[in-house]
Amino acid sequence: MPGKNFFRVLGLLPLYIPPLAHAIGLVYLFGNQGLLTTGLFGLIPGWNIQLYGANGIILGLSLYCFPQAFVIMMTALRLTDARLYEAAEVLGSSPLRTFMTVTLPGVKYGLINAIFVCFILAFTDFGVPQVVGGSYNVLATDIYKQVVGQQNFSMGATISVFLLLPALFAFAVDRLINRRQTSQVSAKSVPFQAKPNPGLDRSMLIFCSLVVLFILLVFVTIVFASWVQSWPYNLTLGLKHYDFSTVGGGGYTAFWNSIRMSLYTAIFGTIVVFIGAYLIEKSKELQWLRSLNYFLSTLPLALPGLVLGFSYVFFFNKPLWSIPFTHYALVNPFNWLYGTMALLVIATTIHFYAVSFLTASTALKQIDPEFESVSASMRVPFYKTFWRVTLPLALAAILEIGIYFFVNAMITVSEVIFIYPPTLPLASVAIINMDDAGDTAAAAAMSTLLVCTSLGVRLLYWFLTRGLQKRTQAWLAR
Amino acid sequence: MAWVLTFVVAACVTQQPETSTSADPAAITPDNSSSLVVYTALEDDQIKEYLSSFKTQHPDITVNTVRDSTGIVTAKLMAEKDNPQADVVWGLAATSLLVADQEGMLEPYAPKGLEQVQAQLRDPRNPPTWVGIDAWMSAFCVNTVEANKKNLAIPTSWADLTKPEYKGQIVMSDPAASGTGFLSVSALLQMKGEEKGWQYLDALDQNVAEYVPSGSKPCKLAGTGEHTIGVSFDYRAAKAKASGEPIQAVFPTEGSGWDIESNALIKKAQIKPAAKTFLDWAISTDASKKYAENFAVTAVKTDVPIPEGYPADPLAQMTPKNDFNWAAKNRDRILTEWTKRYGSKTNKG
Repeated sequence: MPGKNFFRVLGLLPLYIPPLAHAIGLVYLFGNQGLLTTGLFGLIPGWNIQLYGANGIILGLSLYCFPQAFVIMMTALRLTDARLYEAAEVLGSSPLRTFMTVTLPGVKYGLINAIFVCFILAFTDFGVPQVVGGSYNVLATDIYKQVVGQQNFSMGATISVFLLLPALFAFAVDRLINRRQTSQVSAKSVPFQAKPNPGLDRSMLIFCSLVVLFILLVFVTIVFASWVQSWPYNLTLGLKHYDFSTVGGGGYTAFWNSIRMSLYTAIFGTIVVFIGAYLIEKSKELQWLRSLNYFLSTLPLALPGLVLGFSYVFFFNKPLWSIPFTHYALVNPFNWLYGTMALLVIATTIHFYAVSFLTASTALKQIDPEFESVSASMRVPFYKTFWRVTLPLALAAILEIGIYFFVNAMITVSEVIFIYPPTLPLASVAIINMDDAGDTAAAAAMSTLLVCTSLGVRLLYWFLTRGLQKRTQAWLAR
Repeated sequence: MAWVLTFVVAACVTQQPETSTSADPAAITPDNSSSLVVYTALEDDQIKEYLSSFKTQHPDITVNTVRDSTGIVTAKLMAEKDNPQADVVWGLAATSLLVADQEGMLEPYAPKGLEQVQAQLRDPRNPPTWVGIDAWMSAFCVNTVEANKKNLAIPTSWADLTKPEYKGQIVMSDPAASGTGFLSVSALLQMKGEEKGWQYLDALDQNVAEYVPSGSKPCKLAGTGEHTIGVSFDYRAAKAKASGEPIQAVFPTEGSGWDIESNALIKKAQIKPAAKTFLDWAISTDASKKYAENFAVTAVKTDVPIPEGYPADPLAQMTPKNDFNWAAKNRDRILTEWTKRYGSKTNKG
């Protein structure tokens, strides 16, 4: 199929778009005055999908979850063993049968992870339902109402405990399946290279094009929204909304702060996640501790950012922890972190830990433990194996995680809105504030800048690491 | 190893101070009296304008503002209760400050020039814990283009909104998520009496297309024609009109619910003198003149003409039946009842 890199980059585009901008895009397309609803203001027949309500939520969340599932599935599909396909072909099995018996079981782990990740994300997200949900009530928006509307933190936290239930369930299922999961890439495995198949390739091309087209449509609408004078009555185009000096939120200072924070998060987060996943997947001792760690690693996924945010305030802003039943208190050794860039980075890392962790652990699971056994028997120290074998094999996943952290840190709002200090305004928070003040076009303009930055970083990253990728992933080609 | 750990833990234990609000001086950032942390819910675009006057008068004081919507600022204040980061709150809803006051977070302070502040726009106690700078009230944003297209008359009263012709045309703030929404609901209940009030809200609910979790959003949705009528507040309506949106601001004839943008001093171990300087400035005639360019009712009367889009006598528009203490006391009950009646409403498209 042609244009794989193109689809790979654009498939992740929804990840780069701030949630609020997503909502702006959807409303401008499908809302009561939307481009599609009114048929470009009466030029073509309109198409009203009744955005506000369940339709809007499902559409919005599908867009939002798509890249998350995409990252996990891509990692899972990348590492498949060609020998199985060769065997299937030699044994004369039909393509369908091969798909059912080789492909699906091979990516079973990734597939189930992707399903659960999407389910939990959709279950806990309040950004989308808040804007396009109409009066369709979901549990996650209740947290917003309790915390922001009524400052009822304990009720907000209680509801979020309910949100954790599906995460617990997912964990249990995951463990069950995981027990039967065997690694896909053994020391003897040969990487799979898809053979050209005109019919299939063409239909896949059409499918991918449609998906990407829809994603692009939303993005183009956002860019358009940043150019128009006053939607929808004065559609004069101009770039004046890119001058943030007349609107609040911190303007370009906030933009640079966001870039810095995202960069730190990408570096720090990737290191922490990969080491965490490595220790869990590749160490042998302390099974219970590894299980616990695994569970805790997937937990942040189910924690709404808002709850995470105010928990951070409660924990880090307390100078003293009182010890119950005594007059003594423990000096909070982490208090100095409050109101610093470091805390923003930590909070963001934790908020996006789960998907990164699942990506890393999927990649590591697929690497045969035989590598370690062989190294051990040859008395190669584990760090050498890590450096020479594991790291290069998992490099693609590691790079993916870095990008994932970067783009998410650029647009995240819910957990940082409580803890960003006055001296460090952030672009993503600025977007909310600009929109709140009625400057929708400026909010769209800032969103466009963020998306372009993320895309730019993505391309730069790809360009810079192309050589590296070629070398370390050479074994994937034949 | 164990003795090291013991030592570290022991070093961290300290005598608990008398009050939880007085922070360990060593744990907080060094006290730099010439820099202030100000939490505010004022509109972002206004802040720069307002602060320029403060900066010329007090060039030695650095003001770091944290600006978020009313709900977020209030939630932040409450969450940071044990170790407040803010020195001063500036322009936050009086009803939100009442919540903070109940938690004992505010330090009463009578700023210079307090005698000029209108009596109903400040805390009646002396010294007051909060002092208002201006008032805002509920108003409808009506999209004239859409109303024309749909052949709808412009509503002029709360009663008009329940007419069958407006079915599905109205968008209103959810009082459980937005202070503006609560202000309208609480004023309606006080104006009409509870029983009649709920009857009215039932009838209104028949016409409401959706309740949104923001005070300004109904007006924005009306401005872009997503819905025809948005029940929102005055400043937003006036601003939408000024920025070229086809919005007509309607002030209901029965009167509007209202709230006060107010200031307060945060109670903490070391209250900076600069914080008091700021509060003095915040009700000065200089500052009030700037507020008056945006708001019709200011706590300190000025000679600035009432901005465009407001009623000629804004004080008369504000319903006299607006008891903040009643609202604060009954808030939970009202919201529970409201959510029971309208919260689980399924989508009407």
